[in-house]
Amino acid sequence: MFAACADPKTIEGLTWLSCYLTSGKHLDFYWSFVTVLLLLAVTAPAALAMGFLGASAARSRLLPVSIMGKGYAAVVRGVPDIVFFLFFVIALDQGIEYLKSLAVCADHTWPWQGLEFRVCPEAKVPLGASSAFWHKAYGFGLAVFTFAIVFGAFAANVLYGAMNAVPKAQLETAEAYGMSHGQVFRRILVPQMWVYALPGLSNLWMILIKATPLLFLLGVKDIVYYARELGGSKTQAYEYPHPDWRLWYFLGLLVFYLIFTKVSELVLARLSARLNRGQATAGGEALRKAGS
Amino acid sequence: MKTLLLATALVALSGAAFAQDVVRLGTEGAYPPFNFINDAGEVAGFEREVGDELCKRAALTCEWVTNEWDSIIPNLQSGNYDVIIAGMSITDERDEVIDFSQNYFPPAASAFVGLSADADLKGTVAAQVSTIQAGYVAESGATLLEFATPDETIAAVRNGEAAAVFADKDFLAPIVAESNGELMFVGEEVQLGGGVGLGIRESDTELKDKLNAGIQSMKDDGSLNALIEKYFGPETKKF
Repeated sequence: MFAACADPKTIEGLTWLSCYLTSGKHLDFYWSFVTVLLLLAVTAPAALAMGFLGASAARSRLLPVSIMGKGYAAVVRGVPDIVFFLFFVIALDQGIEYLKSLAVCADHTWPWQGLEFRVCPEAKVPLGASSAFWHKAYGFGLAVFTFAIVFGAFAANVLYGAMNAVPKAQLETAEAYGMSHGQVFRRILVPQMWVYALPGLSNLWMILIKATPLLFLLGVKDIVYYARELGGSKTQAYEYPHPDWRLWYFLGLLVFYLIFTKVSELVLARLSARLNRGQATAGGEALRKAGS
Repeated sequence: MKTLLLATALVALSGAAFAQDVVRLGTEGAYPPFNFINDAGEVAGFEREVGDELCKRAALTCEWVTNEWDSIIPNLQSGNYDVIIAGMSITDERDEVIDFSQNYFPPAASAFVGLSADADLKGTVAAQVSTIQAGYVAESGATLLEFATPDETIAAVRNGEAAAVFADKDFLAPIVAESNGELMFVGEEVQLGGGVGLGIRESDTELKDKLNAGIQSMKDDGSLNALIEKYFGPETKKF
């Protein structure tokens, strides 16, 4: 990066360190923090949406829809995350390519031949010839989708409980005023359920933050991958040889995760205070007594 | 704005579709000097040069992909890349599930490395998971301690978790040389496997023929030997 870094083996001390910390691989490492933050920013709303759909479906009066909503939460919550991440992503990837092969391939031989999965080159997603960026974007997309499904199931359970916790009397009063089911749901139930859902959702958010290293299972190079890769001992084959420094890199990650979860806690506490205002809950009562 | 974005995306996609077929080379990126990720974040090492040269000779466009060693064979089979070039020794067990090109690195010695000359080779021995060395240790009667990456096997010896590590001698040699006497070779060297070859799907015979021809031509004109000497030193066995 700097002119002084042209020959790293001749420099020492602080110059060496500054060159080392700005090497191409370290810049990739810094970018992977952005990847993780981006994943969280996209996954959290997606999982919340999945959860909302699941919870609404579970409350439905139509039996099949209700079974589907409850089944989704039960099945996904019951499968260990790591199994889900390993199996589901491969199945999803091969499923997408199989469907595409039906549309674009000339011959329709069954793609699962023994141990191999084989579709014509045109059906590959992304195409073999597309740039590395598309391969990365596709892997990232699969990751977001999988995270959304897994955490959506937990969110569905939380929201389902929260919807049931809204006092029945309020819903009945709304109906007595002549509101339809949809109106009761939109005007009375949804605005009030958040205060009951927030403790569960904030728990989920914390678990989601800590679950991001699962990204590596999906082939997305995240901060844990880079910490392990950069920290491992390096011989003279590398430009910056050094002994085993994994401890320092993991310590750095530890600090990052602690700061991140601490900031999240502060934000969630404010949000909780805001939602509790004027509610007939213990939190709302405490706010009333404090006079705010 | 939307149409503009869409148009750019379409141009990018169609451009990619018209380019000639790309062969994706899968490697581990953690096994110097065979293959490693250099400080610029790119795949480097002996296999990077061999792979690039083979692609040039076979007139293929190649792209490098890294994949965990653990799942490197399953991901070849599901088509995430087309060639494994990761210091993989040719063995009968692997040959049952994938195909190998002819070897581009001669059958090499594996060796033990420990902290002292009297390290107990029948005690706990570290090796990387799913390697021929791990199989050898398991059969030798020693307690096998497996790790996902080669680097962790060395760390296990350094912190005393294992008495010795068993791996390719060519991988261990620079580590021993640079350890300031902390690490040393212990016991006898062992000959394992049929050399290092490229892993290819069994159905990809056309690609296999092209790569085999490329390796043969590199053997014939001595360029492969020159690369081996460049990365592994003058004493290494050559073709």
